[in-house]
Amino acid sequence: MPIVSLAWHSLMNRRFTAMLTLISVALSVALLVGVERLRNETRSSFANTISGTDLIAGARSSPAQLLLYSVFRIGDATNNMSWRSYQDLRSHPKVAWSVPMSLGDSHRGFRVLGTTGGYFEHYRHARQKTLQLAQGRVFDDIYDAVLGAEVARKLGYRLGDQITLAHGAADVAFARHGDKPFRVAGILEPTGTPVDHTVHVGLEGIEAIHIGWQSGAPLPGTGASAEQTRNMDLTPKTITAVLLGLKSKVATFQVQRFINEYRQEPLSAILPGVALNQLWDLIGIAENALLLVSVFVVIVGMFGMLTALMTGLNERRREMAILRSVGARPIHVFALIMGEAGFLTLLGVTLGVAALHVILLVARPVMQSQFGISLALGTPSLTEAGLLASVILAGFLVGAIPSYRAYKLSLIDGLSVRV
Amino acid sequence: MQAIEINDLTFRWEKGGPTVLSLDSISIARGEQVFVSGPSGSGKSTLLSLLAGVTTAEKGSLQILGNRLEQLGSVERDHFRANHIGYIFQMFNLLPYLSMVENVTLPCRFSRQRRHRAVKRSGTPEHEALRLLDHLDMAHDELLGRPVTTLSVGQQQRVAAARALMGAPEIVIADEPTSSLDANRREAFVQLLFNECRDSGSTLVFVSHDESLKPLFGRRIPLAEINRAGHRATTAE
Repeated sequence: MPIVSLAWHSLMNRRFTAMLTLISVALSVALLVGVERLRNETRSSFANTISGTDLIAGARSSPAQLLLYSVFRIGDATNNMSWRSYQDLRSHPKVAWSVPMSLGDSHRGFRVLGTTGGYFEHYRHARQKTLQLAQGRVFDDIYDAVLGAEVARKLGYRLGDQITLAHGAADVAFARHGDKPFRVAGILEPTGTPVDHTVHVGLEGIEAIHIGWQSGAPLPGTGASAEQTRNMDLTPKTITAVLLGLKSKVATFQVQRFINEYRQEPLSAILPGVALNQLWDLIGIAENALLLVSVFVVIVGMFGMLTALMTGLNERRREMAILRSVGARPIHVFALIMGEAGFLTLLGVTLGVAALHVILLVARPVMQSQFGISLALGTPSLTEAGLLASVILAGFLVGAIPSYRAYKLSLIDGLSVRV
Repeated sequence: MQAIEINDLTFRWEKGGPTVLSLDSISIARGEQVFVSGPSGSGKSTLLSLLAGVTTAEKGSLQILGNRLEQLGSVERDHFRANHIGYIFQMFNLLPYLSMVENVTLPCRFSRQRRHRAVKRSGTPEHEALRLLDHLDMAHDELLGRPVTTLSVGQQQRVAAARALMGAPEIVIADEPTSSLDANRREAFVQLLFNECRDSGSTLVFVSHDESLKPLFGRRIPLAEINRAGHRATTAE
């Protein structure tokens, strides 16, 4: 095609406007694919806030509420479950492991979770990652605490520091367990999950600080000192929730039914993956809005290209007439404009994807450490490929408008140009 | 065989519209150099569109080199133009993004036939372009390297003439090629055109309203007088 090299020379002659068009297409594509990728990663990162756990059980409540307080430390349990019920659950033949959780205390705005060493073994986030200690070790003393990364960072704690827990979510003087301070034994790596915002202590520690407390206040004369409690029976009477791992996934619904129909007290069991996805459907609307906005940015970019091509058209009527005079057919004129639009679109999309990868390369470590979102590099997903294909299609459709107009003009104008 | 032969031809831009051009018969022999004169509105643009095969007549026949253009399809007419017709515009003849030589060799991109002739004569289209430019006193290194937009109007018209003559087309059509030139350069340009057309054996159809050039030509076709559609013609010239 003789027209290809002409189209190239013509485009280079207008490289400044072409560059602007290219940049607007590239940036809008980078935004679109970036938003889509971020959306995907946040969704999967959210859905993987807790993984490896087959069931979460607690006192009877709505699935969302159970999920919110047991995993996200948002809100409170309406009721606790008894230690005896917990023993029943853990000894169920299909249960492989269980991790009790006791919530209700806080430290300077961060929730405190009483649990066992099993929590660090069985809790999984972001596709089967276990919790890793950045410093120190998991608690082995009653008064040991393991801090989430964000707690340590915000409050500037280091290993060996003493911290005081408070009763309830509000940190007020009269509700502090000041007599029984905890020692920071370990600090976790960041995970991008609520674990980062949690102070972890042993179940016995929670029990110890509540000896002599009733109805959320210390009962005068019944307390025991930190050392005295060491010799007491610290088996809790109640816990808030329990994470369960099953021997076989097949048994999930059977065990769930067992818990939901448990006779001794009303309990609920949820499948965390299902509950997380239901919750996401609620809060994911914002992300859809974000995608919609980026789609509109692409449309604006396309209009930019259309404007540039249409504006250029009148100035190029002379060019068309010259080409027609040396034997170019109207279809050549169509191809000239179309080729330009197609070239700008394809190059814009390529540059956009490339730019996104450069941005991702820079942003990845930050996203991972700050938000626990692992942005994947490399080949686009099926959805992204679909988006890119739509952009390219849109580019060609947009290009067809001025191309058809140029085609018509070259038919009408012939060799004379009426400007 | 005549270069151009017109018989009882009428043309309207649209069906039911006014007749713009109505010619009895015109015959132009090969190698002839013809001056087509007439004020604006006399049907010059229409005649040029017909000769170039951009449009076709409604009635009658227009034969170029023995081919009845109205019997060819639009694609064939585009091919025909590429192969057989060199065209010079009134002004702004050159593509600003091509070099002078690239502008001259442009017809070779669309016509294999003209490319062959150029290669046969000078070895490559570029050499043929330089040969033609040299005849038109344009083949100076200083000029060749310059963007064509920096050339003077007269120089641009000479480059356009070289392009029209590229690959020795049988017909060269010039549409008011001298109207943007100074009076004293017009005659020199026409002489250059004569020489080159004679050299390549091309028939020259020179359209102008500038009557002062008339004496240079051996034959004159006064379009306003022979166009039976008369001053009813309303072309946008």
